[in-house]
Amino acid sequence: MSKSTLKYIGKRLLISIATLFIILVVLFLMVKFLPGSPINNEKLSAGARAAIEAKYGLDKPIPVQFVYYVKSMLTGDFGVSYNMYKDMKVATLVGKAAKISFMYGIIAVIIGTIIGMALGVFAALHKNTIWDTLATALSVLGVSIPSFVFAMLILIVFASKLKILPTGYSSRNAIVSSIMPISALSVGVIANVARFTRTEMVSVLNSEYMTLAKAKGLDRKTLIMKHALRNSLIPVITILGPILVNLMTGTMVVEKICSVPGLGKLLVNSITSNDINIILACSFLYAAMYIIMMLIIDVSYGIIDPRIRLGKDE
Amino acid sequence: MIQNGETLLHIKDLHISFKTDGGQLKAIRGVDLKLKKGETVAIVGESGSGKSVTTKAIMGILASNGHIDSGSIKYRWTDEETNEDKEVDLVTCGEDFLQKEIRGRKIAMVFQDPMTSLNPTMTIGNQIMEPMIHHYHMSKQEAYDRAVELLKEVGITDAEKRMKNYPHQLSGGMRQRIVIAIALSCDPYVLICDEPTTALDVTIQAKILELIQDIQKKKELSVIYITHDLGVVAKVADYVNVMYAGKIVETGTVDEIFYDPRHPYTWGLLSSMPDLNTEDDELYTIPGTPPNLIHEVKGDAFAPRNKYALNIDLRMEPPVFNVEGSKTHKVASWLMHPNAPKVEMPIELKKRLEKMKEESKNV
Amino acid sequence: MEELNIEFLADDFEFVGDKQDITIDQVLPSKPAWKDAIDRFCKNKGAVIGLICIAIIILFAIFAPMISKWEFDDINTALANIKPCAQHIFGTDSYGRDLFVRTWKGTRISLFIACVAIVIDVVVGMIYGLISGYFGGKVDAIMQRFQEIVNSIPTLVVLTLLLMVMKSSLFTIIVALSFTEWIGMSRITRAQVLKIKEEEFVLASRTLGASSFFIIFKEILPNIYSQLIIMVMMSIPNAIFYEAYLSFVGLGLPIPAASLGTLINDGFDKITVYPYQMVIPVVVFSILMLSFNLVGDGLRDALDPTMKEM
Repeated sequence: MSKSTLKYIGKRLLISIATLFIILVVLFLMVKFLPGSPINNEKLSAGARAAIEAKYGLDKPIPVQFVYYVKSMLTGDFGVSYNMYKDMKVATLVGKAAKISFMYGIIAVIIGTIIGMALGVFAALHKNTIWDTLATALSVLGVSIPSFVFAMLILIVFASKLKILPTGYSSRNAIVSSIMPISALSVGVIANVARFTRTEMVSVLNSEYMTLAKAKGLDRKTLIMKHALRNSLIPVITILGPILVNLMTGTMVVEKICSVPGLGKLLVNSITSNDINIILACSFLYAAMYIIMMLIIDVSYGIIDPRIRLGKDE
Repeated sequence: MIQNGETLLHIKDLHISFKTDGGQLKAIRGVDLKLKKGETVAIVGESGSGKSVTTKAIMGILASNGHIDSGSIKYRWTDEETNEDKEVDLVTCGEDFLQKEIRGRKIAMVFQDPMTSLNPTMTIGNQIMEPMIHHYHMSKQEAYDRAVELLKEVGITDAEKRMKNYPHQLSGGMRQRIVIAIALSCDPYVLICDEPTTALDVTIQAKILELIQDIQKKKELSVIYITHDLGVVAKVADYVNVMYAGKIVETGTVDEIFYDPRHPYTWGLLSSMPDLNTEDDELYTIPGTPPNLIHEVKGDAFAPRNKYALNIDLRMEPPVFNVEGSKTHKVASWLMHPNAPKVEMPIELKKRLEKMKEESKNV
Repeated sequence: MEELNIEFLADDFEFVGDKQDITIDQVLPSKPAWKDAIDRFCKNKGAVIGLICIAIIILFAIFAPMISKWEFDDINTALANIKPCAQHIFGTDSYGRDLFVRTWKGTRISLFIACVAIVIDVVVGMIYGLISGYFGGKVDAIMQRFQEIVNSIPTLVVLTLLLMVMKSSLFTIIVALSFTEWIGMSRITRAQVLKIKEEEFVLASRTLGASSFFIIFKEILPNIYSQLIIMVMMSIPNAIFYEAYLSFVGLGLPIPAASLGTLINDGFDKITVYPYQMVIPVVVFSILMLSFNLVGDGLRDALDPTMKEM
């Protein structure tokens, strides 16, 4: 990697960290200025409440609390749950939930991207045939209909009617119970990637350099594998960002429908029970994940595509 | 063994149409063309006249909505092993034969725009090595050495270093040299150059033309030149075909076309050539626009733009007339009919051509 | 010369001469751009079907609740959970409320959200992009950094923040929408403005002393409107989804109001017992989403032929 590439990555990294810090400050302030006390118990006397607040350090001025929070956060300590899970470590709670959510997300992206690319390439190669129309129709459907509708459909058909799949998540039967949420999440990814890949592939196939490659006397297989695929698949990286955003929002509802104890569900529950440390940790984690992903996508695109990679050297 | 001057490529009565949203577009309406070994044939005409389509048909790389309706493209070559002369019709030989035997191997092509005709994500080296490995099953090392040699041949310095470059790192002129190197990689017999200099800087144009001419002499290539630039034609071609609306309207040797043009369209083309020396205030242009070939053309396609149009032009397509005293010069115009009124080329053009003749003698 | 067997007419070899005027360039009869676009749009079956569906849905959303003899909040436990029948075309829910009326009421909300999205797109997104792109320099740099930061906060986090401070209501949804909805639009506008700004005709206009205001409205906007329309159309399904999504997570409209999202959410609780209660709003919702997407695609192909696959 060249110096300028490293410099570029460094700059992006700095911006990302700054953004994350801003998000953290805003989140923290919002949580602190919420009306009412984070301790959700009407029966507590004023004295007892003050004692609890002192125990959690909530009586100190907000800047002090913030510094304290950031300090402990850097050591992996996100405080404890005030209401939902009395005094349990937030890091453990969020960690457990995040593991499931991220695993689902990553598997859905991988499966979705592979199938989507295949479908898009297939449609482009069979342009203007019934296969193309079918693939295009499927992808419009997949793009238009949100993942939670698919989750419900799968739930009704496969879980309640056919009883092939379990209706909820169980850690004992992790793989089978993951089929439903992962497939629901992949549908959108497949559709988006397929649509994009098709457009890219069609324009690559019509490009002058494909004509030249054909004029070299290469066979169809080499033409597609060596020349067309690479050029039409590289740009797919650019839409992985928006796809990840969709996926994040998607996980929240899909987790609700498939009763998966993931990050989205934890976040919704913590909002309803006003458990601020969990809200803070979940939101921050989402933001961090998102920003890190965007950074990776950006940097990897620059590395994979020679036009961008070398463009910066000049 | 095919000798110099024997016909390599013979296109007969070629008809090509394209399916478009608007209907059937008859792009090529009966083209005849001969290419002899070691010679250079130019096809000249406005954009859309069907120059590129004709050559793409030779290579079998028409766009997917294009179709050869009738005609033949006969190609002759000497088999390297048996030394036998063979002939094949490129229209009927099938995709597999075209791909394995013709494209890149016997007939190669240089494209118009070097900015878009190279694969952006593949190194220059790989793009040059690819056809050699594919057609001749060369080893990577052999192909590499040959590619470096080719790069030097087309005048690229630092060849070894350039092998690792990507297209966007090179200038337009360099890229066109690379495209030429790719075309030469499998030692073809015929080179088709589709406006090879149009997209380049004027200063580079001459150099690329010279390069192609040098290589042609060295390798005894036969070259088809497609261009709308008559300056290029005068410089490189042995024979010239003037194309209009999917037909060849006049064909002959360079001298015949430049000093004794007969078709009013050729007059128009020659008159509209910019020239520093003439005192004419106005640059002559051919009025009107080429016909839309989606509609059936009745009579002579050029008639609506022709100052010298005859009544018969409007109802009947002119046949090909031989120009008296020449075996090579042919014109498709009713003006050549014995009954037609005698028409001379415009006086300004005549003066201009005479002047050109003078100048070329002096050089 | 081969023998020609042609009967020549008497005047065949006379010049056409003045009967044809070759000096005038023939101007091909060209259709105006918008008419051409409409033609292209109408050729796209999916887009036309989508447009018809949207029209039908709008009609139902406006008139169905007006004509029906039921109100959307008529509670009558005696009529609870009736399957679709002549009286209640879509059946009733567990409070005995007519689902036909509620569904179309809910569709009204979705359509209203769509309108809000358009307003946000145009008022916030377009103006932001125009200013950022047109003025460039420092203004642009600052505005772009701000946009980047807002854009890198996931929607989910924005929502969380909002929900902690505000009660769930239509207003909350609109605020949430206005937080993220404008970004896409502002980016497209900015990119287009940057492109058009460099064109000769803008330069010409500026040399002639036109004011910035004039250039933006007379020179730039008319040249980028098709891009903007496409973007607006594309953001509508997004906004509709957003509302349904929020309601489904339980953060949508308060009871007894109905939106497609809340109906789906309510129905989901009884999915195994009374599947129709969820399936019907889901179907209406899906058709609405699909139709807007199809129309958006159709418009893109019609207005911007360069983007249309070749």
